Amino acid sequence: MVTLTIDGREIQAEEGTTILEAARENNIYIPSLCYHEEVTPYGACRLCLVEVARNRRERLVASCLYEVVEGLVVKTNSERIVNNRRMIMELLLARCPNNKTIQDLARQLGVEKTSFKLEDKQCILCALCVRVCQEVVGVSAISLVNRGVDRQMATPFYEPSDVCIGCGACAYVCPTGAIGFEDVGDTRHIRWPNNEMECKLKKCKTCGQYWAPEKQLDYIIKRANLSPDAFDNCPDCRD
Amino acid sequence: MAKRKTKRLSSPQELEALRESIIKDRDPNQTCIVICGGTGCLALGAQEVIAAFRREIEKGGLEKKVDIRITGCPGFCERGPLVVIKPKNILYQQVKSEDAAEIVSETVKGNIVDRLLYTDPDTGQKITYEHEVPFYKKQKRLLLGDNSNIDPTIIEDYLALGGYAALSKVLFGMSPEQVIAEVKKSGLRGRGGGGFPTGVKWETCRQAQGNTRYIICNCDEGDPGAFMDRSLMEGNPHSVLEGMIIGAYAIGGHEGYIYVRNEYPLAVKNARIAIEQAEEHGLLGKNILGSGFDFSVKISRGGGAFVCGESTALMASLEGKVGEPRAKYVHTVEKGLWEQPTDLNNVETWANVPLIIKNGADWYSKVGTEGSKGTKIFSLVGKINNTGLVEVPMGITLREIIYDIGGGIPGGKKFKAVQTGGPSGGCIPESSLDLPVDFDQLTKVGSMMGSGGMIVMDENSCMVDIAKYFISFLEGESCGKCVPCREGLKRMGQILTDITEGKGKEGDIELLERLSAAIADSSLCALGSTAPNPVLTTIRYFRDEYEAHIKDRRCPAGVCKELITYLINEEKCPGCGLCVKVCPVEAITSMGKKKPVVLDQEKCIKCGACYDVCNLDAVIKK
Repeated sequence: MVTLTIDGREIQAEEGTTILEAARENNIYIPSLCYHEEVTPYGACRLCLVEVARNRRERLVASCLYEVVEGLVVKTNSERIVNNRRMIMELLLARCPNNKTIQDLARQLGVEKTSFKLEDKQCILCALCVRVCQEVVGVSAISLVNRGVDRQMATPFYEPSDVCIGCGACAYVCPTGAIGFEDVGDTRHIRWPNNEMECKLKKCKTCGQYWAPEKQLDYIIKRANLSPDAFDNCPDCRD
Repeated sequence: MAKRKTKRLSSPQELEALRESIIKDRDPNQTCIVICGGTGCLALGAQEVIAAFRREIEKGGLEKKVDIRITGCPGFCERGPLVVIKPKNILYQQVKSEDAAEIVSETVKGNIVDRLLYTDPDTGQKITYEHEVPFYKKQKRLLLGDNSNIDPTIIEDYLALGGYAALSKVLFGMSPEQVIAEVKKSGLRGRGGGGFPTGVKWETCRQAQGNTRYIICNCDEGDPGAFMDRSLMEGNPHSVLEGMIIGAYAIGGHEGYIYVRNEYPLAVKNARIAIEQAEEHGLLGKNILGSGFDFSVKISRGGGAFVCGESTALMASLEGKVGEPRAKYVHTVEKGLWEQPTDLNNVETWANVPLIIKNGADWYSKVGTEGSKGTKIFSLVGKINNTGLVEVPMGITLREIIYDIGGGIPGGKKFKAVQTGGPSGGCIPESSLDLPVDFDQLTKVGSMMGSGGMIVMDENSCMVDIAKYFISFLEGESCGKCVPCREGLKRMGQILTDITEGKGKEGDIELLERLSAAIADSSLCALGSTAPNPVLTTIRYFRDEYEAHIKDRRCPAGVCKELITYLINEEKCPGCGLCVKVCPVEAITSMGKKKPVVLDQEKCIKCGACYDVCNLDAVIKK
C-alpha cells in the first residue's frame, strides 16, 4: 500500500492502481469519458487530467494512466486543470453540440457554450468500442481508421464486417450513444457512425422468438466448448 | 584500387592491419573526382553528370590516373550538382554532363576550369577551393565533413578515415560504465529535438530491469524541408552504425533497429549495404572483433507518418501496430519496445558518438555553449541564397547562419523571420537574430531546436499564412488520438483560415491564445504540446499582422488572396499586352497600343500572373 494525498485528503491505495482508480475508490470525483474499468486505459479524452507534484515538480498527467506512488500529492481541481478541462469540453461541445452526455458534462464543468463552429457528430473517438471489441469480446471487428482530423471509427474499408458477431458490446459501452442498435424481426441492425451492418438472429426452437445473433451464439459455443445445440432454446424456454 | 577479399576481422589488430593496408594502397596525391550523389544533386541531374565523367575517364584511358568517387551530400545543395577535385579540393558548381570532358582534360593537365568555379557575390571574385567558399568557411563540419571523403557503399573508405577505431577502443579498452561516463562528460544532448542528455539516457536504460535491451536509431525525419538525418544516413551510414554499436555495448543491448522512412530510398539502401558490409567484416553480429560482444541491427521501414518520429509511436509502429503515441509516465528506457528497456537516439546523435570516443569528451565539449555541446546540423531552406545543409558549432548566432553562411535573402529582400525546430517550432523575428543558437536559447524565445529545420522567410511572407500552413500540416499529421490535439488543431486551422480570408473576428487572437495554452498543456504527446508554437510565436512577434487582417481586412505582405486587389497603374502601363497574354481568365483587356490595359475585378482570380510578368511595375498589388 502507498499513501498519497488527493486534494488535501490523505488516502491509501494499492501499488499499481492509477490515480483515477484510487480517487474513485475514495469517492473523489474526476471527470472522464474514455475510461472504463474493463479495458486498458487510453488517455485520449484528457478530461481526467490532474496535477501531480513530485520532487517539487508540478505537471499535468492523465489520472487514468498515472500510477500512484508513495508521497504523491495530487490536485484534481486547480485553476490550471479547470481551464484545460473547459477548453476540452468546448472542443467536444463543438463536435457534438446535440449530444446529451456532452451537453450535461459541459454544463457540469461550467461550459455553457462553445467558441467554435458547430458540427453535428455523436462519436468522440474515445475508442471504448474498439477496445471492448478487441479486449473483452476478442474479435476486433472495428477500429479507428485514418489519421489526425480525418480519424473515424469504422470497420475495415467501411465494409460489413465478417468477424463481427453482432453482440452489441460496442453500443453498450459507448459513452455518448453514438452507436445505434436495433432488433427487427429476424435481423439485428448495428449502426456505427460511419457504416452499418446487419446480422441474423437465432430462432428459439420452442417459442419461436428471435433472441440472439447466430454468430454470437456460435462464437460462445466455440469459445466455451459447448455442445452445438446448447443454444437451441432461448433462456426462457431452457430447462 | 585493388579489390580486397573480405575477411572477417577477429581482433583489433586485424582491424588495424586492414586499415593500414587500405591506406598503403591509396596514393594521397592521386587525383579523385568527387561527385555528389546525394538526393539534392541527383534531383538536379547528378546521375547524368556521373555517367558523363565515367565515359570521359574510359575514353581517355585514365582509369589508373584519375579516380571517381560518388559521395553523399556535402551540403551546398543550392549550387548542385557539385564536383570536387581532390586532393586540391577544387570546387566546381552547377556542373552539367557537357562539362565533364573539359573538367577531365583540364584536370589531367593540372588546370582549373574557371567558368565553373563559385563566384563570391560580395566581391565578384572566383573562388577555387571548397574550404574558401563563404558557405563552408564558418561551418564546423565534424559530422558532414567526411561525406565528401566517403563513398557510402564502400566500407574501406570509412575504415581509411579511422572508422570503427572508436568501436575497437571501446570493446578492448573501456568498460560500459566508462563509455557512459565519457558520453555524459561530453555533454552530448539528443539531436532529435528534445535535447535530453544522451549519457543519462544510456545509464538509465542500462540500469533498467528487463530480459533484454533494444537500441533504436530514429531516422523518421518528417519535418517539411528538413534533410539532416537523411544526408547523414545516405552519406556516412557507417558512422551512425558505429555509434549504435558503441551505444549497445554501453547499454548492454544485443538487438538494434534503424527505423527509417520508406520515402528515403537511398538512406534505406545505404544503411542496408553498411549493415551487410559491417557484418561481413565482423564489426556487427556475433562476437564483434573477437570481443565476445554480440549486436545485430535490422532495418524497419516507416510508412511516412510524421508522428512516428515520436519515440512511443515509433516503437508501436516497429511492433507492427498503428503508430500512435502513448503516455510516457513509464519511460521507454524502462519499458519501450515490446515492454523491454529501449534506448532510442536520433541519427545525428548516434553519429556524434564515435567522435566523442575517438577524440575524448574534453575535446568534444570544447565546442559549443555551456548547456549545449558540439555541433548541430541545420537544413537551411526557404528565402535564402545558399539553400543547403550547414553544420555549425552550438552558440553561433542566427545572423551568422543566415547572412554569413546562408548568404542572406535573395533579391535584396528584407528578412522577416526564421522558423526553427520544424513545423511545431516557432518563428523568430529580426530582433532575435543575434541569439546564440543552442537548446536553451531557442526555447527562451518560444521556439525550439527540434531536429534542425531552419526555414527563412522574407518580407513577402505573411505570418498568419505561415502559421496556417504549419497548423494545416500538423492537423493532418496528428495521430488523432487525444481531443486537444485533434479537435484543437482543427479549430485553430479554421480560425486561421477565416483570418486569412478576411472573416476574422474581434477576439480571435485571444481565442487562439487560449486554445494554444490548452493544447500545449493537455495533449498526450510532444506533437500536440509543441504544435501551437507557430501560432504563439507569430502572435507574439507579429501581432500587428494578425490585427491588420482582422481589423483592416488587409494582408500587409500581400499574400492572402481574399485580402488583396490587383490594379493597373495607368500612368505606367504602356499597353504592351504581356499581362493580357498570361491572364488565365481573360480578365485583362487590351485597349490598343500605348493605351493602358483594363482589368475586370469581377473576373480576376488574383493569381498574380500579371503582377509577375509586368516589368514596369504597372500592376499594383494592394
